[in-house]
This record gives sequence, C-alpha cells and structure tokens, in this order.
Amino acid sequence: MCYFNGMTLLTVDNLSKTYATADGPFAVLRGVSMTLEAGESLALTGESGSGKSTLLHLIGGLDRPDAGSILLQGQDIARLDDAGRAALRRGTVGVVFQQFNLIPSLKIADNIAFQARLAGRHDADWCAVLADRMGLTDHLRKYPEQLSGGQQQRVAIARTLAPRPALVLADEPTGNLDEGTAATVMDMMLELVAETGAGLLMVTHSQALAGRLQRRLHLRAGQVA
Amino acid sequence: MTRAAFGALLSHWWRNPLQLFTLLAGLALATGLWSGVQAINAEARASYDAAASTLDEGRYDRLVARDGGAFAQDNYIALRRAGWQVSPMVTGDLNGVRLIGLDALTAPSGMGPVSLGGGTDLGAFLTGSAQVFANAATAARLDGVEVLIADDLANDTAVADIGTAQALLGREGLIDSLLVMPDQPVGLPALGEVAPDLTMQAAQGGTDIAGLTDSFHLNLTAFGLLSFAVGIFIVHGAIGLAFEQRRGMVRTLRALGVPLNRLIGLMLAELLVFALVAGVIGVALGYVIAALLLPDVAATLRGLYGADVSGNLQLRPVWWLSGLGIAFAGTLIAGGSALWGISKMPLLAAAQPRALAMAAGRRARWQLVVALVLLALAAVLVFTADGLVAGFAMLGALLIGAAFALPPVLNAVLAFASARAKGVTAQWFWADTRQQLPGLSLALMALMLAIAANVGVSTMVSSFRLTFTGFLDQRLASELYVSTDSAEQTAALISYAETEGVAVLPIQSADVQIAGHPAEVFGTRDHATYRDNWQFLQSSAGAWDATFAGQAVVINEQLARRAGLALGDPVTFGSVTLPVAGIYGDYGNPVGQVVLVEDVFATEFPHVVARQFGLRISGDVGDFVNDLTAATGIGAGQTIDQAGIKAVSLAIFERTFTVTTALNILTLAVAGFAILMSLLTLAAMRVPQLAPAWAMGMTRAALGRLELLRAVMLAVLTAVLALPLGLALAWVLLAVVNVAAFGWQLPMYLFPLDYARLGGFALVAAVLAAGWPAWRLARTPPGDLLKVFANER
Repeated sequence: MCYFNGMTLLTVDNLSKTYATADGPFAVLRGVSMTLEAGESLALTGESGSGKSTLLHLIGGLDRPDAGSILLQGQDIARLDDAGRAALRRGTVGVVFQQFNLIPSLKIADNIAFQARLAGRHDADWCAVLADRMGLTDHLRKYPEQLSGGQQQRVAIARTLAPRPALVLADEPTGNLDEGTAATVMDMMLELVAETGAGLLMVTHSQALAGRLQRRLHLRAGQVA
Repeated sequence: MTRAAFGALLSHWWRNPLQLFTLLAGLALATGLWSGVQAINAEARASYDAAASTLDEGRYDRLVARDGGAFAQDNYIALRRAGWQVSPMVTGDLNGVRLIGLDALTAPSGMGPVSLGGGTDLGAFLTGSAQVFANAATAARLDGVEVLIADDLANDTAVADIGTAQALLGREGLIDSLLVMPDQPVGLPALGEVAPDLTMQAAQGGTDIAGLTDSFHLNLTAFGLLSFAVGIFIVHGAIGLAFEQRRGMVRTLRALGVPLNRLIGLMLAELLVFALVAGVIGVALGYVIAALLLPDVAATLRGLYGADVSGNLQLRPVWWLSGLGIAFAGTLIAGGSALWGISKMPLLAAAQPRALAMAAGRRARWQLVVALVLLALAAVLVFTADGLVAGFAMLGALLIGAAFALPPVLNAVLAFASARAKGVTAQWFWADTRQQLPGLSLALMALMLAIAANVGVSTMVSSFRLTFTGFLDQRLASELYVSTDSAEQTAALISYAETEGVAVLPIQSADVQIAGHPAEVFGTRDHATYRDNWQFLQSSAGAWDATFAGQAVVINEQLARRAGLALGDPVTFGSVTLPVAGIYGDYGNPVGQVVLVEDVFATEFPHVVARQFGLRISGDVGDFVNDLTAATGIGAGQTIDQAGIKAVSLAIFERTFTVTTALNILTLAVAGFAILMSLLTLAAMRVPQLAPAWAMGMTRAALGRLELLRAVMLAVLTAVLALPLGLALAWVLLAVVNVAAFGWQLPMYLFPLDYARLGGFALVAAVLAAGWPAWRLARTPPGDLLKVFANER
C-alpha cells in the first residue's frame, strides 16, 4: 500500500453523536469537522468528557455517528455496515488502546503478527523489524502477563503497525505508563509511524506529548475549540 | 482472518488447560452416563424384540389340555377339520435351550422362522428337513443339530418345524398347545364338542414383557437424564466462566476487525468441536458403564419380569447416536446463553473485572422467579398428576425449581450469618463466602441434585426392601412348600401330613379375565395362616370369615387399581360373582389376583388340580422332609423350605436395584468433580481477593484452611437443603411414578442413618474436592500475592 504525504487522508464533516444516559440524552459530539493529511500527526486534546475518545472511536469504525460523514481515503465510514467497518479496522486503521488489549493467550510474536494475519498482509520480516525496533526480540516467546506495562504497550504498537495501516489511532497510549517509560514508547511510536507514512491521530491529556505532534486539535464540550 | 481468529480463540484453552479439561470431562461424563443408560435400554429392548418375534404366543388365546400336559395331534386335526383356525406348537428343553416347534403354514404371521430373513430355506423348513434356527450364541450349545443362524432370535431359544421339534424332543405326535387365530369363521362347533379335553387359555394382554419392563427403563432413563443434568451444570459453569474470561479477547478481536457474525460462528464451531470430542469420549465411557452394569440389569429383568436380556453389549447406532446428539444438545444449551451474551455485548463496553459476579447478581432475581414458578407447578401437579408423564413432569419441575432456588437461599443464609458474625476474621469470612457464591453456585446445584437423587432413590429402594421383606413374611408363612408329580403323590402327601398333624394348604390357580384385565384366581383353604399373616391395605370387618364362607373374595392392589374395584364391589369371573371384602398388597407381582375359598374354586374350575402345597410344620423341617421322602417317595427336590424361598426372592430384589445404586454413586462422583473443577478454576481468580487479607496479617496457611472450611460449609448447607428435596423426590417416586408404572403404591419409610451416611459421603466428597485447591492456595508464592499490589500486574 502506498501513501503520499500531503494528500488528504481523512475528512470529518459535521460529526454528531449523542448517548442516552440516566439523566437523558447527552450530546458528546456536536458538529465536529476536521481533516488529516497522509503522514501527518495530530493531537486531540481536551478535558475529560469533551468527546476526544468518542471521535477516535467513530473514526476507527468502532462506533457509528448519528450525523455527519467520515471520509477515509474517500470512503464514508459512517455508511458502512458492521462487516464493512470490521474490514476497515482490519486493514486500513490501526488502534492503539490505553489498556493495551493484547490477547493474553498468544505469545508476543503471535500478538505482533496477529492484526497483519487478520488483514491477510502478514510480513514476517517486517514483524521482525518491528520487534527489533521496539526492543522485544528477547520476549517473543513470552506471554503478555510476563511483560511490564511499557513492554506490553510496545507490543500493542508493533501489532498496530504490522499490517502497515493508512491511519493510526492512539487513545492515550501512554496513560498507564510512568513518565520515563512513556517518553521512550512515544519516541518509538512516532519514529515508526513516520517511517510507514501513516497518518497519526492521538488522544492525549499531556500537553508535552501533544507538543511533539505536528498539529493539535482541542475539543471542548463536543465541539472544536 | 478466520484462521488467525480461530487460532486466537483456541489459544485460550491452550493457556487454560484445566478449564478445557473441566469442559470436556463434564460433557463426557454427562454424555457417558446418559449413553450408558441408553445402551442398557437399547440392549434390553432389542432382546424383547427378539423375544417378541419368537415368543409371541402370549399375544394369542391358546387351547391347552385341561390337565396342563401335552395332548395328541388328533385334537389338532379334528379342530382344523371343524373349521377352527388354530396352529400347533410344541416346546421343550434341548441341551438347556428352549426349542419351539411351529407349523410355518398355519402359525400367525410374524412368528418364528416365517418372519426370518435371508438364509432361511422355507421349502426345507416346510418339508421338515431338520432345519433349526437359533442365534449364534444359542447355536453353539446345540451339538449334533444342524442349526441355521438367525441373529434376530432371542437368547436360549431355537425354532424348528413342529415335526423336527417333536423328533428332537422325542415327543412324536404330541402337541403342547394350539394358538387360536384372532379371526375365526362364524358358526364353529363348540370346543367341548370337538376337543372336550382341551380348554381355552386367554391371551396375556397387558402383561406382556415389554409393557412391564417399560417402567423399569423409564426409571433408568430418568436417572440418565438426571445425571446428564448434573453434568450439564458443570458444562454450563465451565463454558460460562471461559466466555466470561474471554470477554476482553472478544472485544479486542472485534476492535481489530473480526466481524461479530464471524466471531459467533467461530465460537459456535469451537463448541461443536468440543461437543464432538467430548461426545465420542462420553459414548466410549457409556459403553464401559453399560458393559459393567448390563449383567446386573439382565439379572434384574430376568428376576423381576422374566425377561431375557442377553448380557452382551452391542454397539447399536440408536444409543451412540443419541449419546452424540445429547452431547451436542447439552453443549448448545450450556453455551447458548454465553453466545447470546457475546452477540449482544457492545464493542466499547468497559472492562468489568467482577463481570461474573455482577452477571450472577443480575440473574439472581429472574432465577428466583423461575424457581418459584417451577416449584408452584410441582405443587399443583401433586394434586393433579395422574400417569407417568405427569409424574416425571412433577419431578422435573421440583428438581430444577429447587436447584434454581438454591443460590438465593444460600445467599440469605450467608447474609444471616454475616450479620451476626463477631470478630474481624469471621466477618471477612462470611462476606468473602457471599462473594464466592456466584462462582460456585452451579457446582453446588449439581451437588444438591446428586444428593437429592441419592436420598430419593435410596428411600425408595429401602422402603421397597422393607415392605417386601414384610410381604414375604406374610405371604410365605408356610414352613415348607411341596410339589407333587401325580394324583397318587398328592394323595400320599395329604395322607402322610394328616397322620403327622400337619396342615396342608393347597396352592391352585386359574387364569381368568376380570373387567377386561387378566387375573389369577386362587382357591384357598380356610386356615388361620391367612388370618394371622396377611395384612390388608383395606378390608371390611370379617373379611376372611366372609371369604372362607364363600360369600366374598379378597383381591390384590393391582387388580383393584386396574379394574377400579373398591370394597364391596362385585367381582365376576365365569359363573361366580362375589363382593370384594379386602384388598392386600402384592408387591412385585404384575398380575391381578383374586383369592376365594377352595370349594367355590373347585366348582368353577373343576379341571384344576392342586400340585403345590404349603405345609405348616411345627417341628424341624429337615426331619419332616426326610420322613416324608421315606413314606411317600416325594424327593427333597420337590420341596422348598420357606427360608430358601425368601433368600431367593430377596436376592432378586437386591440385584434389582444394583443398577440404580451404581448410577447414584456415579452421579455423586460427578457432582464432587464439579466442585473440584469449580474451585480449581476459581483459584486463580482468588489470589487478588485473598492478597489484601494476606497483606493485613493472615497467613497463607490460615487462608488455605478458611478456603477448605468454606467449601465444606457450603457443601454441608447444600446437603441439608437437599434432604427435604430428596424426600419429596422419594414421595413422588413412590406415590405417583410407582403407581403409574407398576400399579401399586409403596409405603414410604424414613432412614435417618442412611441419610447421615450419605451426608458423610457428601462431606468427604467436598473435603476431597476442596482439599487440593485449598492446599494450592496455601502455597501461593508471596510474589504472586505481591503482584496484586503492583501496577504492572
């Protein structure tokens, strides 16, 4: 798959999402619009409840918007059915979760290769490179529970990059890590994402981390501030 | 994608082999018990079918000699010439094999070689060319006889043309009976005119072997289902826990792009693969169980009903297919709710570490509602149930309702104890036990069902044994029973007994039809034996006086129930019509009975001559038999002392319930296994719960001891609750199912010592099951406990 920096990878237009709560409907996103170029990195910031994670989930096809459109490589994700959004998550989008979400019963090597295998784009050499660059070569035969939190997050990042997605979504990827480990993990991730030419959209509370990305988008009460 | 996703799903089992073992073992045990019982049933039914194809003469009226012996073939010829549609038959013993001689041309269709398949040379058979048919096992015993193998034939039975049979038995020209075809021409001359020495014997109708043994098989099937239900509780627990633990993986798989439908399909396929593997293991296990139990089942059926079951097990498709089918059905039942939950689980649901407990809490309310509805249904059926199906429906509602009610009841008991606990350890213990309850509830339900089944069945068996022993004392009151070969021997016996001052009580009977039901009429001598020993279930004042005065009869319970007879109702057979003065218990006898005084009997059945007698001897029975032999020539082989009869009768009934006892033990073992597996599976989840207690100063050994105490305490509570359920089960078996299946009701006795022993077994099972997990917990490395408090866990 080939991407060209400077081309529009993602266009979000007038996106809205409302959740039903015990206190009545709650509008999490209210007409959010944004764009992301291929190879560009964007930090999504905002207070808790401002709609950052919801926006990330909608772009990742994990949830459906109530209104608006999400054009990823020209395809409107909002119109896809469950199978279509699953296919999108397999091959086009990669998500790095705060909780790592590794498969506990698979060894590290299998976890790294897992999403690429799902996408039908498994490249053993590329997986070996990712493991090496993430400092995981000595842990490939271990299970996730045998690794530290920082190591597990590196596995999750390698897994996300293994199928070479066009867009990487990261939801506070270092939220569970100490400051030093977080910095190391971020360095590795930014470097590898840049090498693959993928776009990066990262939710973070950390102003320091946000400052390391090319652009920043601040959300407030479900709207772009 | 499919391969990678399936591999990820399967990797869970690879990393959790104990869970996989629990699932497969639970399903295999459940299938094994079910298919074992089905194997026994299938084998027995096949034997009946074989018997029916060769021994179906009981379905037809028969003409027999008045003296019960053989008669000349001329009678047959005379009857045929007069237009009677009858078919001759001769039977006899040939090397321990029952040889049946039939006339293929006139025998009813479907009987004997007429219905046999390939290999039958009918032409040769018809011309009497010495063709004898038997199955392979029986043929091996017929040395010197040319035998054609016919596997459909019953064991110990051979069939031949009547001429061949007469020759082989050395009874040329003689016939034992004539089968009377159902459709006879009109205007036939009366039997007395054509063959005055013959008498008509009515068909056995409702007392055929299959009908009698159906009730026994129904009991076996019920036990198979109960055992399977216990197993399904285990499987449900294992699948539920495994799916609960894989919620995170399922969410991850979906987030990574596996479509929900594909995921559900893969999980279903995974379950079906397990069902197939466990089903095959279970069927093999069932074969072993059946092979071990079948000899006892065969002995039971032979002793109880006279049905001949081979005792050799064949791999019949009907039961191994049903075994596999029940394995698949059980897996789908147990896994259905888990799959449904996965299909409805939102992709973005937050992680719920206590999801199992929370889900159990949500289920508790509707589970209690279902329990109350089922128990109410059982209560309604107590008053309305009539028949086997309703009886078993009541059993099902009672058992499942009680099982569903167990967790809320236990929770209430624990809450009560918790509120009154003094001391911090006790408070923690009760609170922690309540938290463990959801994870253990399925295993405890299985234990309760197993204990209840044990209590219920052992109460039924013991009640039966106690009642039957008393019945034998009552009915076998005479000290000695003697059979005579001839009228001369009979006269000699009576003469000798008179000189010795010994009362002789003739035992003589005739088969009749009463209100459309087959029954036996006994002619009885007026003697204190009956007044002193027979216990009536219902009687009018002076029942025996009226009976011996020829003004009334007494009948057994079976006849009273089948014919709807009550005290005072008239009983009619032949020219006799007498009211019922008493109804007596007649346990184990499938046939209705009427007892009347011998004078009336002799008038109605003048041709029946007593050949058996009960003798009331006050001295030594052995000396009397020696003197009798010396004086009359009646051999010791013609006498049976009372103790001998009782011993034989009791031995039959001891074996009758060997099968159910074995199934009881297996069911309890399965429940013990359920507790063990639940505790082992939960052990890993216990570490985070126990770590704070350890950190606050409790030793690992103390925690291990409390774990053991918790399991034993829950098992004891469950056993206490299972006792009333078991007694209710026994009542349903004795008062509803037994009446519907056998036609008589048994009194119910209580056996506290047996229940205490059973409680002891349940306690031992719980200690054994909980011991290992507690020991493992007590030896949990401090490092594992410390991880609970580390961020990096």
